[in-house]
Amino acid sequence: MSNSERPNQLFRNLNAKIASIPMILTALVVFVGGTAWTVLYSFTNSKLLPRLNFVGLDQYHRLWSTSRWLVSIENLLIYGAISLVFSLVIGFLLAALLDQKIRFEDTFRTIFLYPFALSFIVTGLVWQWLLNPDFGVQRVVRDLGWTSFSFDPLYDSSIVIYGISIAALWQGTGLIMCLMLAGLRGIDEDIWKAARVDGIPAWKTYLFIIIPMMRPVFITTLVIIAAGIVKVYDLVVAQTSGGPGIASEVPAKYVYDYMFFAQNLGQGFAASTMMLLSVVIVIVPWAYLEFGGKKHG
Amino acid sequence: MRYKFLTATFAATVAALNFAGPAAATDLEVTHWWTSGGEAAAVAELAKAFDATGNHWVDGAIAGSGGTARPIMISRITGGDPMGATQFNHGRQAEELVQAGLMRDLTDIATKGKWTEVVRPKSLLDSCTIDGKIYCVPVNIHSWQWLWLSSEAFQKAGVPMPKDWNEFVAAAPALEKAGIIPLAVGGQPWQASGAFDVLLAAVGGTDAFLNVYKDKDAKFAAGPEIAKVFKAADDARKMAKNTNVQDWNQATNLVITGKAGGQIMGDWAQGEFQVAGKTAGKDYNCLPGLGLNEVIATGGDAFYFPLLKDADKSKAQEVLAETLLDPKTQVAFNLKKGSLPVRGDVDLNTANDCMKKGLAILAKGAVIPWTDQLLSQDSQKQKEDLFSEFFAKPDMTLEDAQKRFADIIASAD
Repeated sequence: MSNSERPNQLFRNLNAKIASIPMILTALVVFVGGTAWTVLYSFTNSKLLPRLNFVGLDQYHRLWSTSRWLVSIENLLIYGAISLVFSLVIGFLLAALLDQKIRFEDTFRTIFLYPFALSFIVTGLVWQWLLNPDFGVQRVVRDLGWTSFSFDPLYDSSIVIYGISIAALWQGTGLIMCLMLAGLRGIDEDIWKAARVDGIPAWKTYLFIIIPMMRPVFITTLVIIAAGIVKVYDLVVAQTSGGPGIASEVPAKYVYDYMFFAQNLGQGFAASTMMLLSVVIVIVPWAYLEFGGKKHG
Repeated sequence: MRYKFLTATFAATVAALNFAGPAAATDLEVTHWWTSGGEAAAVAELAKAFDATGNHWVDGAIAGSGGTARPIMISRITGGDPMGATQFNHGRQAEELVQAGLMRDLTDIATKGKWTEVVRPKSLLDSCTIDGKIYCVPVNIHSWQWLWLSSEAFQKAGVPMPKDWNEFVAAAPALEKAGIIPLAVGGQPWQASGAFDVLLAAVGGTDAFLNVYKDKDAKFAAGPEIAKVFKAADDARKMAKNTNVQDWNQATNLVITGKAGGQIMGDWAQGEFQVAGKTAGKDYNCLPGLGLNEVIATGGDAFYFPLLKDADKSKAQEVLAETLLDPKTQVAFNLKKGSLPVRGDVDLNTANDCMKKGLAILAKGAVIPWTDQLLSQDSQKQKEDLFSEFFAKPDMTLEDAQKRFADIIASAD
């Protein structure tokens, strides 16, 4: 800059700033504003229409004494743990296997990724049929001769959430595999060569060299999986509608049902605020570690 | 050539616009959730009657059940895009829309048409009335209190057709032995909840029903009389444990095909028997009030009219309101729908045995209000959650269930 006077900071990159105004407004009004509005109204007794009639923590008190909400939370934890662990492990294993310079890699990749092209609704319907004891897997095995074979997770309250997790894994693992594969391909060939020269076995190379190097990919993957877990709704609706009884209910479904079917906005808002809170509890320490640490390093 | 084609298209468009314009009658969009075979046929009767008045019925059917359709309807009304008229179950579903001033006051039309005299039973119009003003037109009476029994299933099991709930429970082991599910209860939450309400009115009696749902007496709901009802619900739960279907009509189909002994379901189930070509009294039997307490609840459907700015459409709303209560429309509609008419002065000779039983009970005046009229949607939903859990979880104790039921009643509004 030849001019000795310092230009006004506000007018630097003016075009870019003007261009981003709509997005800033959207973020502020829609996301932040909508969130604040929801939290505010969760302290009211709004029914069908939002009304500012404050009742303190009554909605939260009722929420945490409702057995359906407690079941939903428990299901979300089980579902979350399963999809997190298994989609990462299976996704990485598949990617590592595909990375062995095998033949027909493209074909396999396409096959594994295909389920991801289906929506959760379709996935849910497909697996509802597959797991139906009268038409699906159980029937096929019984017809083959094992007449006492029993496999009907969707009709057994104690294991129904695992039946839903199977469908979710089938649908989502392909994408995780692709992300992992991209990460593996991003690792320099020389690293492998160096490891081989040093005589390090392949599994050790993966575990102690490659995976730590793939940290950014893992973080992206983690965020994608976690977002999918918290918002799970359509899969449950398509597979079981929350049944048998309330055994496969999830928080997002509670929010929707109470806001629209039960015409009780206050209760729905309280539940969605709790969902937000749980996300915040997970995100904030992570963001602090991730971004707070960089300043010093 | 292309120029010519464009001109022709343009001319055709103009012609079409003119045709649909001022010369035609007023279009009125009517939303409802009547989409199954019998229901669609019944709606067609309403549309025919309305079109005959020189207006035009624009059908806005929303597939799914009321649970799916109502949020859509409500968000259209609150979002400023109201339809001409819409179905709700009369009762408290549209209460807040009325209180917010979004619905049209029909009192003038009602006075002109002397609705207070023709509509029977009177409680129907009461549930359309808020602060002394009438906001909806009831079109039919649907009652939940029916036990549908399959003749084939009982023949196969070698036991006589039961005459009431107690005999039915006693016959359950024989049915099970023959490989028949004694009682079909689908997985949808409202089915379990409705079945319990029916048991409450039948086993507990009318007074117990009103004590709990009308007076919301939580102490009574926790007491010994309701414990008896829970005992009956426990029987029902055991009898229904092998039903692996979701939708109510799939459950009805189990009864039609003799795979299940019976089903507690509203009179809309009758449409399914009719479509399957079954005869009342021969292929299937019906026990109103489960044979214990012959009452009929006056739930049902009604039309509400959102407040519109357009004068022509408002005029058409008035015409539609009158048409819906017209004796001829009432007969044509209700025969197709399998429900009972809201007027006492119409002739229903062609009704079948089960409908006639219902009409006789109605004539005796043995009616009770239904939970749609007594409880808010919020309390209804909590009840659904409780009973769908109760029916699906055999290890849930009766005491626990009853305690939670009493809690819901205590906080009900």
